[in-house]
Amino acid sequence: MIQLIKRPTPSKAWAWATPIIAVFATMIAGGILFAALGKNPFEAIRVIFWDPLFGSNAAYFRGQLLVKAGPLILIAAGLAVGFRAGIWNIGAEGQYIIGAICGASLALSVYPSESAWLFPAMVIVGALGGWLWGMIPALLKVTFGTSEILVSLMLVYVAENLLAYMAFGPLKNPEGFGFPGSRNLQQYPSAHNPELIAGTGAHWGVAAAIVAIIATYILMHRHIAGFRIRVAGEAPRAARFAGVVPARLVVFCLGLSGALAGLAGLFEVAGPSGQITDSFNAGYGFTAIIVAFLGRLHPIGILLAGLLMALTYIGGDMAQLMLQLPAAAIQVFQGMLLFFLLGFDVLTNYRIRIGKAQAA
Amino acid sequence: MKRRSFLATTAAAAMLAATSLPAFAEEPLKIGFIYVGPVGDMGWSYQHDQGRQAIEAAYGDKVQTSFIESVPEGPDAERALTQLALEGNKLIFATSFGFMDSVMNVAAKFPDVKFEHATGYKRADNVATYDARFYEGRAVMGTIAGRMTTSNKIGYIGSFPIPEVIQGINSSYLHAKKVNPDVEMKVVWAYTWFDPAKEADAAAALIAEGVDVILQHTDSTAPQAKAQEAGIYTFGQASDMGAFAPKPRLSSIIDNWAPYYVKRAGQMLDGTWASEGAWEGIAEGAVEIGEITDEVPAEVKAEALALKDKIASGEYHPFTGPLNKQDGSVWLAEGETPADGDLAGMNFYLEGITAELPK
Amino acid sequence: MIGGIDIIALIATLMAASTPVLLAATGELIAEKSGVLNLGVEGMMIMGAVGGFAAAVATGNPVLGFVAGAFAGAALAMIFALLTQVFLSNQVATGLALTLFGLGLSALIGKGYEGIRPPPTAKLDFGPLSDIPGLGQIFFRHDWVVYLSLLLVAATWYFLRKTRGGLILRAVGENHDAAHALGYRVIAVRFAALAFGGAMAGLGGAYLSLVRVPQWTEGMTAGAGWIALAIVVFASWRAERVLIGAYLFGGITALQLQLQAAEYSIPVHLLSMAPYLITIIVLVILSAIHRHGVQAAPASLGRSFHASS
Repeated sequence: MIQLIKRPTPSKAWAWATPIIAVFATMIAGGILFAALGKNPFEAIRVIFWDPLFGSNAAYFRGQLLVKAGPLILIAAGLAVGFRAGIWNIGAEGQYIIGAICGASLALSVYPSESAWLFPAMVIVGALGGWLWGMIPALLKVTFGTSEILVSLMLVYVAENLLAYMAFGPLKNPEGFGFPGSRNLQQYPSAHNPELIAGTGAHWGVAAAIVAIIATYILMHRHIAGFRIRVAGEAPRAARFAGVVPARLVVFCLGLSGALAGLAGLFEVAGPSGQITDSFNAGYGFTAIIVAFLGRLHPIGILLAGLLMALTYIGGDMAQLMLQLPAAAIQVFQGMLLFFLLGFDVLTNYRIRIGKAQAA
Repeated sequence: MKRRSFLATTAAAAMLAATSLPAFAEEPLKIGFIYVGPVGDMGWSYQHDQGRQAIEAAYGDKVQTSFIESVPEGPDAERALTQLALEGNKLIFATSFGFMDSVMNVAAKFPDVKFEHATGYKRADNVATYDARFYEGRAVMGTIAGRMTTSNKIGYIGSFPIPEVIQGINSSYLHAKKVNPDVEMKVVWAYTWFDPAKEADAAAALIAEGVDVILQHTDSTAPQAKAQEAGIYTFGQASDMGAFAPKPRLSSIIDNWAPYYVKRAGQMLDGTWASEGAWEGIAEGAVEIGEITDEVPAEVKAEALALKDKIASGEYHPFTGPLNKQDGSVWLAEGETPADGDLAGMNFYLEGITAELPK
Repeated sequence: MIGGIDIIALIATLMAASTPVLLAATGELIAEKSGVLNLGVEGMMIMGAVGGFAAAVATGNPVLGFVAGAFAGAALAMIFALLTQVFLSNQVATGLALTLFGLGLSALIGKGYEGIRPPPTAKLDFGPLSDIPGLGQIFFRHDWVVYLSLLLVAATWYFLRKTRGGLILRAVGENHDAAHALGYRVIAVRFAALAFGGAMAGLGGAYLSLVRVPQWTEGMTAGAGWIALAIVVFASWRAERVLIGAYLFGGITALQLQLQAAEYSIPVHLLSMAPYLITIIVLVILSAIHRHGVQAAPASLGRSFHASS
C-alpha cells in the first residue's frame, strides 16, 4: 500500500527537482507519442526544446520567447499573490480584454494625437480598466459573499462579447473597408508600444513583467504583508488574529491581479498585436493560471514557468514546420507536460511511504 | 475575425516585376503556408491545404512545401511567418484576412521573400493579394434556389457583415429574383465562420420563418443536417459537403485555390512572379460549382449551367445594371457593370432585400 | 406567433439545441456537488464527440456510438481524477490542462473521420401524439437522446434529493473532512462523481457529432463546454435549475437568431452577454439570501482533500 504523508514544511529540494523530473517524464511520454506518429522522437524533442534557444536563428526566437512569455508572466505574477491568499481570480482573461479595450479606446478617441503623454495615459487607463473589472468580483465577494471564482469566470464571457461588440462597432477602423477590427496601433506612433531594443522582442510589457516579478517577490517574501497573505491562505482563522482583514485582502488581491492583467492586455494591444479584433484575446489569461501553478506560486518559479510555456509554443510551431507534426500533437504534448508538472508537485508537500496503511 | 476577404484597388498596386530571380537550379523551391484553422476543418483551411498539395503534385521535386496550422492572428502569425522566411521559404502564402498587418510587417523585413496574402487589400513589391469571386458561384446557387423554392422565401446564413458575404447575399438574391420575381430573402448573421450549434440554430430560425432553401456562408455541415430534418434544400459551402447529396444539398460552391497556387509557384520557378491583386472566379477555376444533383429538374440544371458558362466566358457579369441600392438610389445604370474596386468594398444591400444590414 | 416569431418552433429548436450543454452541465453538477471543480468539460465533450463518432461509424450503430462517447469522456475524466484526487494537483489548473489535452488528442484520433456521415439517429415515433398542435411539435418530435437527457436530469434530481447516495455525495462536497470522519470514502466518491461528469460530457459531445452536425471536425465543440460550466453556476447547483439554465442559454442564442430572421435589428453581441449577466445576478441574489446560512456552492468546491491533513 502506497501512502502519502504530509511534510511538516514543503521540501525545498523537491520543489526544485519535481519540475525537472516532470520535464524529463514529458520528454519520454512525448517521445513515445511522436514515435507513434512516425516521427523521430529525439529530433522532435530537440526541435521543440533546443532549437528555439540554441539552433540557427535562435537570436530571433529568443526575442519571441520574451514576447510570448511577457504577458503570461505579468498576469501570473498577480494571480499568484491572490492564489496564495486563497482568493481565486480565474477571470484574468476578462481583465486582460478590458485593459486592452480601455487603453485602445483612449488612443483611438484622440486619433491622431501626437502627445508624448498618450502612451503613459494608456498604461494607466489599461491598468485601471483591469482593476475595475477585478473589482466587480471583489466587491460582490465582500458585500454579498458571492464566489469570486464564478463571478470572475462569468465576466470573461461578458468581456469577450464586449470585445466583439467593440471590434464590430465603436472601435471599427473607419478606413478598414467594412472589415471588423480597429486601427493598428503599431502605425500610430504616440500610442505604439515598441521594442525597446530592436530585435530583442522586449517591449514595455516585458519590462513590466520583470518589475512585477521583483515587486511580488519583495511583497511576498521580504515584507510583512506577504507573510499575512500567506497566513490568510494557509490558516484563515489564525490570520484574523494576526490582524488580517479578509475584506481588504480580497479587494487588494483581485485589484492587483486585475490591474496587472489589464496592463498585459494594454501592452499587447499597443504592441505585438496592434489591433482590437474579436479574436484579440489568445487565452493568455487562462494560460497564466497554469503558469502560476507550474511556477508553484513563487515569483521566480513563475518567471521560469512562463518561459517554459512560451518555449513549447514556439518550439511547437517549429516542430510543425520542420517535422510536419500536426498542431494537435503539440497540444497533446503540452497537455502532458502540464499533467506531469502538476502531478509531480505532490512530492514537494508530501512524502511517499510504502507499507501498510495506518489507521486514520 | 477569423480569416479573410477583400481585394482592393486602394493599396498602391505597384506591379513591379520580381527583380531577383530564384538562383538555385538543384535546390527545391521552398514554399510555406500558414493556416488560421486546422487542416482538418473540412472548410477554409482544408481547401487551402488542397491547393498546397496541388503544388507538390504539379512540380514534384522542384518544390518543397510546409505549413503551420491553427495559427492565431496577431503576434503568433507574425512569428510563424518569420519562421517560414528564416527556414528559407521563398514564397509564403498567408491564408486569412486577419494575417494582413503581420504579412506587411514580415515582408518589410524579408524583401527577397515573396508573400501572397489571401483576401487582403494591402500590397507591396513582394506582397501580392488574391481572392476568389465567390459571388459568381452565388449567382448560380441563387438561380437554383429561386427555381426550387415553393414558399418563395430563401434564407442566407451570413458569417460576418463584410464585403465578400454582402456580395454573396446580393448575388444570390438578384439571381433568385430573376427566375422568380416573388422571391424574398431572409438573412441571419451567425458572427462565426464555424460553430456547428449556432449554425444549426440559424438554420432553424430561417426554417421557422418559412424559408425552404438555405444558402450558407459558414463552414460547418450543421445547417445541412437541420435542413434534411425539415425536408428543405441547401447548398454546400467552401468544400463540397457531398455527404449531404442528393438532398438536402443540391449543389455547392467550392473554394478551389489549386489553379492559382500552381500558377504562382510556377511563376516563382521561372522567375516571372510579380506582385498583383488577383481576383479569380469561375473562369480561372477558383470558384467551382459542385455537382448539381438529380433533385434539381433537368431544365433548371441546364439553366444554372448555362449561367455558369456565360459567367465563365465573360459574356455576363452577375452584377449588371440597371441595379438600385436598397434605399432606391441608383447603383448601376442600364448595362453597366461595377468596377472591381467598388464591388470589393460592397457595403449595401440591393433593392428588394428587406432586412437591415448591421452597421 | 408573437411579433412574427413562432414561439412553438423556437421552443422545439432550443430543446434540441440545448441537449449537448444540458447533458454536460448535469454531469458537471454532480462533479461539483462532490466538491470538485473540473474546468475540463470542453476537453471531455470533444473526446466524447470523436469517440462516439468513431464507434458509431465503425459499428454502424449510433447507440453504441453514444456509449463509446460516454466512455471516452469518462476516460479523460479519470486522468483528471487521478491528478487532483491522488496527486492532489490544483483543480483549476488541471482542468484547463485537460481541455488542452482533450482538444489535441481528439484531433489526432479524428484524422481520417473527416467528411464522413455517421449512421442516423432516428426520431422516436409517437404516432398521432406528434400531430397535436403546439404540444406535439414541442414534446413528441425529438430523437431519443433528447428524452434521455431529460430523464437523466430527473434522475440526477432524484438522486441528489431523495437517495442516501445523494446525501453522501453532498456531504463529501460540503465538508470532506467531516465526511471522512464519518467513514465515507471521500476519494472514491469523487472518482465516481468525476466519472459520471465525464460520461455525461462525453454524451453531450457525441450528440454534437452524431446528431447536431452530424460530422466530425476538429474543435467542433466550439466552446460548448464553457457554457456548460456557466449553466451549473446559473443553476446554483440544483438539477432542476440546470434544465432551466440550459434552455435559457440555448434559448437566448436561438431567440437572437430568430429575431434576426424576422428582421428585427438587434445588438447581437450585447444580447449574447445577457445570460452571463443574469447568471451573475442570480449568484449575487443567492449569496445575499444565504448570507448567514447555507451557501449555494458546495463548501469544499475546488479544495484538495488529503486524509491526514
